[in-house]
Amino acid sequence: MSRPLNDQPLQKKLKFKFNAQSYALIIALILIVLIFGILTGGEFLSSRNLSNLFAQMTVIAVLAIGMTLVIVAGHIDLSVGSLAGLTGGIAAILQVWFGWGTIWVVLAAVAAGALLGLWQGWWVAYRAVPAFIVTLGGMLIFRGILIGISQGQTVAPLNDGFKAIANSHMPYSIGYILAIAGAGLLFFSAWRNQHKRQQLGLVTDNPVKIYGKLLVYSLLILLLTYMLNRYNGIPVPLLIVIFSGGLFIFISNKTSFGRYIYAIGGNEEAAALSGINIKRHTLSVFVLMGALAGVAGVILTSRLNAASVSAGEMYELDAIAACVIGGTSLMGGRGNVVGAIIGALIMASIDNGMSMMNIETFWQSIVKGLILIVAVWIDISSKKQSSAA
Amino acid sequence: MSGYALQMKRITKAFPGVKALDDVTLSVKKGEIHALCGENGAGKSTLMKILSGVYPAGSFDGEILIDGKEVSFRDIRGSQDAGVAIIYQELALVPEMTVGENIFLSSDLMREKVLNWNKLYVEAKRWLDQIGLDIDPQRKLGELTVGKQQLIEIVKALTKNAEILILDEPTAALTESEVKILMGILKDLQSKGVTCIYISHKLGEVMALADSVTVLRDGRTIDTLNASEITEDTIVSKMVGRSLTDYFPYEAHEIGEETLNVHNYSFYHTSADEKVAHNVSFTLRKGEILGVSGLMGAGRSELFISLFGGYPGKKSGEVTIDGKPANIKKPSDAIRAGLAYVSEDRKRYGLILGMEITKNATLAALQHVMPKGLIDSSLELKSAEAITSKLNLKAHSLEAKVDQLSGGNQQKVVLSKWLFTDPKILILDEPTRGIDVGAKTEIYKIINELSQQGVGIIMISSELPEVLGMSDRILVMADGTISGELSREEATEESVMKLATRRRDNHEPAFK
Ligand SMILES: Nc1ncnc2c1ncn2[C@@H]1O[C@H](COP(=O)(O)OP(=O)(O)OP(=O)(O)O)[C@@H](O)[C@H]1O
Ligand SMILES: [Mg+2]
Repeated sequence: MSRPLNDQPLQKKLKFKFNAQSYALIIALILIVLIFGILTGGEFLSSRNLSNLFAQMTVIAVLAIGMTLVIVAGHIDLSVGSLAGLTGGIAAILQVWFGWGTIWVVLAAVAAGALLGLWQGWWVAYRAVPAFIVTLGGMLIFRGILIGISQGQTVAPLNDGFKAIANSHMPYSIGYILAIAGAGLLFFSAWRNQHKRQQLGLVTDNPVKIYGKLLVYSLLILLLTYMLNRYNGIPVPLLIVIFSGGLFIFISNKTSFGRYIYAIGGNEEAAALSGINIKRHTLSVFVLMGALAGVAGVILTSRLNAASVSAGEMYELDAIAACVIGGTSLMGGRGNVVGAIIGALIMASIDNGMSMMNIETFWQSIVKGLILIVAVWIDISSKKQSSAA
Repeated sequence: MSGYALQMKRITKAFPGVKALDDVTLSVKKGEIHALCGENGAGKSTLMKILSGVYPAGSFDGEILIDGKEVSFRDIRGSQDAGVAIIYQELALVPEMTVGENIFLSSDLMREKVLNWNKLYVEAKRWLDQIGLDIDPQRKLGELTVGKQQLIEIVKALTKNAEILILDEPTAALTESEVKILMGILKDLQSKGVTCIYISHKLGEVMALADSVTVLRDGRTIDTLNASEITEDTIVSKMVGRSLTDYFPYEAHEIGEETLNVHNYSFYHTSADEKVAHNVSFTLRKGEILGVSGLMGAGRSELFISLFGGYPGKKSGEVTIDGKPANIKKPSDAIRAGLAYVSEDRKRYGLILGMEITKNATLAALQHVMPKGLIDSSLELKSAEAITSKLNLKAHSLEAKVDQLSGGNQQKVVLSKWLFTDPKILILDEPTRGIDVGAKTEIYKIINELSQQGVGIIMISSELPEVLGMSDRILVMADGTISGELSREEATEESVMKLATRRRDNHEPAFK
């Protein structure tokens, strides 16, 4: 039974939202980790392997972060694998053939990604060609350009500075400092939020629940840092993922741009009549995606210490799968960055765990495909249940 | 045998966080038209969704008896097989398909291995003719007005030869003449022995049609009234739990200087070179309530969407706001100039259904909750809370998604969104569509309040009593032009209808 809002205390309205789906995701991740942990006799959870695992997930995770916004806006980007390959190739060529310094090379790769994103976004937003087609075209075009400019060769080796981007680790002490700072930041922002709600006279959530949850997260962060520090320390690419993820979470929750993207994906006509500039925002989404593909390209080239013509092939599918597993709806309007990162982690765990068990690689494809289908099925049926329960 | 076509006993249904129905009982006699009344969110639609199998057996408590036999439906098909057909409050048609395809979407005609298109369209034509609708069955449904689409929905239900026909606010989008057509159809069906459950917030229709009325409030059955007991006042007092005296709380108020001036305004269809509206001129003063009346298809909504910058076709003419020429190319220009447009089609143009109430409410004026350039979610919640409680919105949480709200409460969210922009000129397109009597009065009060604060209000409405009751001045539109203007004193149902039907004679009528 529902009563008018003003009859009930605000406490009720701010009721803790039990988001079944985000929990299902974490439970799935824990299950997968446990299963591999047991099947590999604990080896999967060793410090060395965790370090590897996080290094492996980074490229897909960075792509998935941008892909979330693209899909939320109601589009899709099939070109990101080729684009990461191309931007990584541009970086390698500029450094190996032209001797550019690492910083300039990174900037050039990211700028190239953004520029090509702009080109695709223009077709989608201002020429109304469906994103599926534009980016399918982009996938072919960018791969073609890569093969053309690299003359079909593998470009290697890169400078030590460039290699360090994906292959170095944080010193132990700095790792701990970052972990503590991160946890501190979580507590601070929660406290500030509570404080503001109090000031506005909104009844706040139960502090035990909020801070208890944060305590668990903080302990997990510290535990992870400890595990990684037992090997080489926190991998730098993991920091890149955390930083990009944080940035995009901020964009989607705190800026009007982020809010408008969700609105456009949810109902474009209503968004337009609310005064939202559909075209410009759509264009921006593709620019951001392109820039992130540039970041992914840099990490990829750095990790392999080479750029090859086939780099990043099929990554677009892994990135899309990571988003979808993370609860992003292909219908647009719904999805979140944290889910996409967890999705990427799940995908990487499967690859990593199965190859540790010496299972032939074809099984990885099959299992990942099945998980994708099951994830979407769980999502759909949980939604059905909640409306029919 | 009981003589009841349908009995629903002790129905209880809960959604996460809301008990939508609590021990509801509904008994409908064979061959009667049974009205179901109640405020927004009382549970009417939910009850009907249970009856039609949208919420399958097992997802609720209680029993359903049809012709005295207990039934349980696993899905909509199950209820269809038992002779139940439902027309939902929210249209369930496919705009990309033709009228004919839509009519037979779930029928056996569409399930043959090789579709017999000729047969399908001939059949469709026959059904359309039967209820006096002159619509080409091969036209795309999306090209029709909402009102006509609603009639197609009714035709679709008729083809299923239902024994129990449920209509959930079928007339919300219909004009008076369309309503008359519908009432004729229902009386006709009744004489053929069809039982009908009719949900409507328009009590006039209920009075004209219903043999008995069941009133729900807050998910509970309050009472069932027989023919002899039905009066508008009893229904209203049962619905809201108190008696309402003044339906149109019009108050004389001060009218200020001119705020909007539209001169010789014309605009064209997006594709064709045909004009939608032709040389429209009118003015609006501060604090004035300007009613806009006319038949469906007269171009009222299109005119104001176009003035708001939401209609892509070519346009010409001058628009001045507060004496300054306004160059409105897109909705954001209009919003900046102080305009707000509350659309008649809330699902399509008003709401982001999958988004929270708070976020919908602030969408058109997000800068109000971004004091430091970033969205302040506490402030957002606080603002949404303030604006929605003014409209008496009922929801279990402001952070609930809009698609979980009842139809009338969704309408209130759209209103909240536009009130939150602090408009100087508020354009309301069918503002009380689907809203219960109590809440309607609330909305009229808000309209009054705004006009006292100097907001110029344009109220497009197909409900004559509403236009007559609330407006200071009435514009009547016909065929894309203004066919006349009436002061509050001059306006009567007859004078408005006369202007609304002018010039229609030399055109092919939409209804025979
Ligand atoms: N899918 C859902 N999830 C959660 N709550 C729901 C859902 N559908 C309906 N409700 C809630 O159930 C209650 C009854 O809604 P219902 O749609 O039956 O109202 P109604 O009487 O038809 O109102 P209206 O006149 O506005 O159409 C409302 O409080 C509504 O918010
Ligand atoms: Mg309803």
